[in-house]
Amino acid sequence: MPRNGSFAILFNTLVVMFMLAPLVIVCLVAFTPENTLSLPGWTWSLRWFRKVFEHPDFVTSFINSLWLATVSASLAVGLAVPASLAITRGNFPGRQALEGLFLSPLVIPHLVLGVALLQMFARIGATGSFVWLALAHVVVITPYAMRLLIAAMTGYDRSVEHAALSLGASRLTVFRRITLPMILPGVSGGWLLCFINSFDEVTMSIFITAPSTITLPVKMYMYATESIDPMMAAVSALIVGLTAATALLLDRIYGLDRVLVGQR
Amino acid sequence: MSDTASPRTRSAAWLTLPSLLLFAVMLLTPLSLTLMLSFNEYDAARGATGGFTLSHYAAIVSDGYYLEIFLRTLRIGLITTLLCVVIGVPEAYILSRMAAPWRSVFLMIVLTPLLVSVVVRTFGWSMLLGIEGPVNMLFQAIGIGKTRMLYTEGAVITALVHVMLPFMVIPVWTALQKLDPQVEQAALSFGASRLTAIVRVVLPQIMPGILSGGLIVFGLAASSFAIPGLLGGRRLKMVATTVYDQYLHELNWPMGAAIAVILLIANLIVMLTCHRVVERQYRRRLG
Repeated sequence: MPRNGSFAILFNTLVVMFMLAPLVIVCLVAFTPENTLSLPGWTWSLRWFRKVFEHPDFVTSFINSLWLATVSASLAVGLAVPASLAITRGNFPGRQALEGLFLSPLVIPHLVLGVALLQMFARIGATGSFVWLALAHVVVITPYAMRLLIAAMTGYDRSVEHAALSLGASRLTVFRRITLPMILPGVSGGWLLCFINSFDEVTMSIFITAPSTITLPVKMYMYATESIDPMMAAVSALIVGLTAATALLLDRIYGLDRVLVGQR
Repeated sequence: MSDTASPRTRSAAWLTLPSLLLFAVMLLTPLSLTLMLSFNEYDAARGATGGFTLSHYAAIVSDGYYLEIFLRTLRIGLITTLLCVVIGVPEAYILSRMAAPWRSVFLMIVLTPLLVSVVVRTFGWSMLLGIEGPVNMLFQAIGIGKTRMLYTEGAVITALVHVMLPFMVIPVWTALQKLDPQVEQAALSFGASRLTAIVRVVLPQIMPGILSGGLIVFGLAASSFAIPGLLGGRRLKMVATTVYDQYLHELNWPMGAAIAVILLIANLIVMLTCHRVVERQYRRRLG
């Protein structure tokens, strides 16, 4: 095994510091007792966290985001499971084109989707509707579920399914008793990945949320363009904590390296 | 995929219907509407009128204001891509040579920020680069003096590199995993210097990974919105923030739609090129 030289280790240290610096600073500043954005000295305070929970806009948008991410992740996985089954198992013309369509939100800038949906929502009177917002989120997060599910469905031995079918089990029974348990890591991993991506989505949402459906990232974006105080840092620190917890869960269920690096 | 014994049916197609319906309503319809809107005449008093015009596209290629924004976006995208190559490629190489526990630990430290909201990471940079921030404190300590960094291209590029670096590391890392370390070892034992071994043996083999990572980074950086929106201020506009202004401040939707269509087409070209690079690489390995 070749070893890294001291220059390589220094380079790696600098890159790691660069990657962690903005996350570390928001977590530190969140504990400041001062009124300005400053690093806490000897005294640490929770006052800005308290401020966040007393701020009705942040609480409402946080609840909106949790709801939205839960609903849209569930819908996305619910749609992606049958679609991925058809794409990996079926033999019909246009399978590749369909797969391309379902993965296409990965290459469409969210900004473009945002303005396109803004225009459509204005025309059909869907502005401010939670359901339409959730459907928009489903479109942009479906590819994440799809990639994990397609990988899970092509990557295992299918002789058990064939055996069950030839022994007279119905297709539904085979799916429920054999296929679903086999792809379960892909399903739950896909759900979590969808949840994170929906929870973080800001660029499309900024165009299609109304005050009643505003999400946390959109609220934060708006807040940061107007004023900057340590409350932003406290909200950010909470998000970093929540993301870290979700990432750990994702690692346990599916393996973070497989989610992030991918196997295709 | 090759098990021909499996009962592959045509009837499975209906399982894609719900998703197909969703994508038709929520993706194809709105994008078509935007394409049509971009050809609509615009009147400041009445908004979008029904008439057909190419004037918005003509304005984008002839008006210096829009041209400057597109050139700035191109420049910021290219510099970001270059920096991601210069930082990401060596980092992926160093990571791949680490011993077992550290390798995955550091890989995760480099990649996991991808999961944290862009707004949070951008806010972190606005604090780091602020006039009283740690970077300025460091500058003062080593005698450079206070520098105004917020609302400059430098700040936007710094945050973009931070957000895009994982997208560079991932494909290069994947390419390095497929590489046989013994080939590099052989080059070294035949007397090649370390640098020669990297440039002549390793680099050609990971080139497709660098190329596809570079294209992804460029596509994402050129269409980024939140970072220039928060770190660029009002004056430093990029394409995405201009579209936002056209839609929500100027209320000139047809103009905004024309810019959005150009952004979409440019992005699709970049991303499909990336796809082709990966496919060709895959085919060569099989053949």
